[in-house]
Amino acid sequence: MTNPSAGNTSATALLLKNGRIIDPKNGRDETGDLLVEHGKIAGFFPSGQAPKSDGMKSFDLTGKWILPGLIDMHVHLREPGEEYKETIMSGTRAAAAGGFTAVACMPNTNPVNDNQAITSLILDKAEKGYARVYPIGCISKGGKGKMLAEFGEMKEAGVVALSDDGRPVANSQLMRRALEYAGNYNLLVICHSEELALSENGAMNEGALSTKLGLRGIPRSAEEIMVYRDLSLAEYTGKPIHIAHVSTRESVSLIRRAKEKGSPVTAESAPHYFSLTEKAIDSYNTLAKMNPPLRTTDDLLAIREGLQDGALDVIATDHAPHSMLEKDVEFDRAANGIIGLETAVPLAMELVRDNVLDVARMVELLSVNPAKILGVAGGSLSKGAAADITVIDPEREFIYSADMVVSKSGNSPFLDRKFKGKAVLTILGGRITFSELDS
Amino acid sequence: MHRFDHKHILSMEDLSREDISLILQTAESFKEISSRPIKKVPTLRGKTIISLFFEPSTRTRLSFEIAAKRMSADTFSIAASTSSAVKGETLVDTAKNLTAMQPDIIIIRHSFSGSPNLLAKHISASIINAGDGTHEHPSQGLLDLMTVTEQKGDIKGLKVAIIGDIAHSRVAHSDIIGFTKMGANVHIYGPSTLIPPGIENLGATVCCSLQEALQDADVVMTLRIQKERQKDPLFPSLREYASFFGVNRRIMEAAKPDALVMHPGPINRGVELDPDIADSTCSVILDQVTNGVAVRMALLYLIIGGGDKT
Ligand SMILES: [Zn+2]
Repeated sequence: MTNPSAGNTSATALLLKNGRIIDPKNGRDETGDLLVEHGKIAGFFPSGQAPKSDGMKSFDLTGKWILPGLIDMHVHLREPGEEYKETIMSGTRAAAAGGFTAVACMPNTNPVNDNQAITSLILDKAEKGYARVYPIGCISKGGKGKMLAEFGEMKEAGVVALSDDGRPVANSQLMRRALEYAGNYNLLVICHSEELALSENGAMNEGALSTKLGLRGIPRSAEEIMVYRDLSLAEYTGKPIHIAHVSTRESVSLIRRAKEKGSPVTAESAPHYFSLTEKAIDSYNTLAKMNPPLRTTDDLLAIREGLQDGALDVIATDHAPHSMLEKDVEFDRAANGIIGLETAVPLAMELVRDNVLDVARMVELLSVNPAKILGVAGGSLSKGAAADITVIDPEREFIYSADMVVSKSGNSPFLDRKFKGKAVLTILGGRITFSELDS
Repeated sequence: MHRFDHKHILSMEDLSREDISLILQTAESFKEISSRPIKKVPTLRGKTIISLFFEPSTRTRLSFEIAAKRMSADTFSIAASTSSAVKGETLVDTAKNLTAMQPDIIIIRHSFSGSPNLLAKHISASIINAGDGTHEHPSQGLLDLMTVTEQKGDIKGLKVAIIGDIAHSRVAHSDIIGFTKMGANVHIYGPSTLIPPGIENLGATVCCSLQEALQDADVVMTLRIQKERQKDPLFPSLREYASFFGVNRRIMEAAKPDALVMHPGPINRGVELDPDIADSTCSVILDQVTNGVAVRMALLYLIIGGGDKT
């Protein structure tokens, strides 16, 4: 697949010293040195005992965590078609700055990625990027929800999954056929579960606050009805689905129950759903407008429980860049979505500090599980594997200010929030794609 | 005397009890001006007021314009059809262009909730919300409070029944908040499809029948049913609406004998309100219109700094 060649620094050998190496997939959690040679993980050594070589670059990572490269399985890179919001280059640069070594990009570009030409174009551009890019192809032709797109051809071109994300597949028969036919190519279907008849023209969660603000509400049922439909079809066809951006308590429960029955189901939620509630909208703050909408404290707590107990498998950002043209407008007219690549780790670290997640579970949610679900490389620090590595400083304090934003768009409700815990070094196939450390 | 320190009038929610009392007292003192042979005072001479209406409106716009002219302000009016909104200019751009002309007050009506808040963020002038989406219509709420205060002396302890399309009515929202703030008990009733979730949080009690809502009411407010909303299946027909949710002489017997009947207008006669009730002596619908001018004079005066002269 993709093997980006650009980046910034390239050294033949990198030594990561004195870090806490956390690799749940291989059962490793110990302090020591990790050696990278020729883009691969060359070995692990007790502190100070790694062999030295000429031209080796080394980092003292005392107090820092060395993790398998993080993978965000739900981003919108906007290229082709909306390069003024984000490009594959700027989006992967934001990914690297947030500690991600790989992203899976949704197909709702312009034109949409429903054919091998667009898939190839994305992969070509990604070669020079700062993270591995795994394209997701459309379920339906044109993303219009009428006919199946050409799964086989897209798979040959390199898509790793299918989704009409941004819009639900409203027609249940089409969804069923998509699951069945995707099985021929072992492609995962990612569901944007939304009943449009209930959500159309809605601007925020439905409840007392939407009534107070005079904004049209989106009831939880709009999500839950379709989550149930998609779970039911997965169970019936026996084909795997992955539910995107879960936002309500009942959705978490439905998914938990489907898993208990043995259905081939996985699911993700986004950092904003476990960090913010609808209150963030307060005085018509369009930076807190997204779909599904921010919900209530009860839902937020249920998302946290789901991440903790395994009902939810993945933290994915739904990184959705928009320029001020789409956001500095009336609330009803504002576009849905926020950028998320650069704040995912700091927000996940809040859950670690609150004892919602332990570090190993955080790594599962941000690396191990997305790799497994998408069937891509990574998710572990195995000797001989490509050196995709993320280093987090759990003590690093910072304020996420507008001038820090690496993404081309600045639509984040977390601007000016104080954080503790941040990616400080990102390594992609042995190359440093982001660093704020001195070597 | 209470000092009025609001730069903008965006919602009833932003106003305190004391603010509301001051606005009503000020309005009452201005009301006399409108009954003079020469209906003009120089209070706002040299001030520039722009009305920016993105939604058709006759009475609210006229009411604000008359209020401004009676205070000698220079008024300019921009309707959506003649403004650059149709050329694709954003609200923020429009606001910035208007700011360059240095108005003192911009009065805005817009079909999207929160538009006045957006303007207030980007503009140095004072903003008055003349109705935004299904959010609020504070000057209408204030004129309703003024009308009831005039008739009943005090709002505290009154039972106010609001009947009809609560969900899409910005007037209902401002009224529920305003009357509750001033100590009235607000009861609402209508088709359940038109009662929005969490409306109790604004202070209203949701009733189970029209009878219950009107029982011993001091004020009965009916709301305009908007036929254009019919693509969302909210109720089957105007005929059925009139039979089960319309206010007529028979159902008014549940209310107190001296109950006031109000309506923000324009009325669908025979739908939400029977003509013989609308035109009866208990109807204060035309007083509402008269008080509208006085309340708007008071708002213009107070936000331009008149409240400082205590
Ligand atoms: Zn989606």
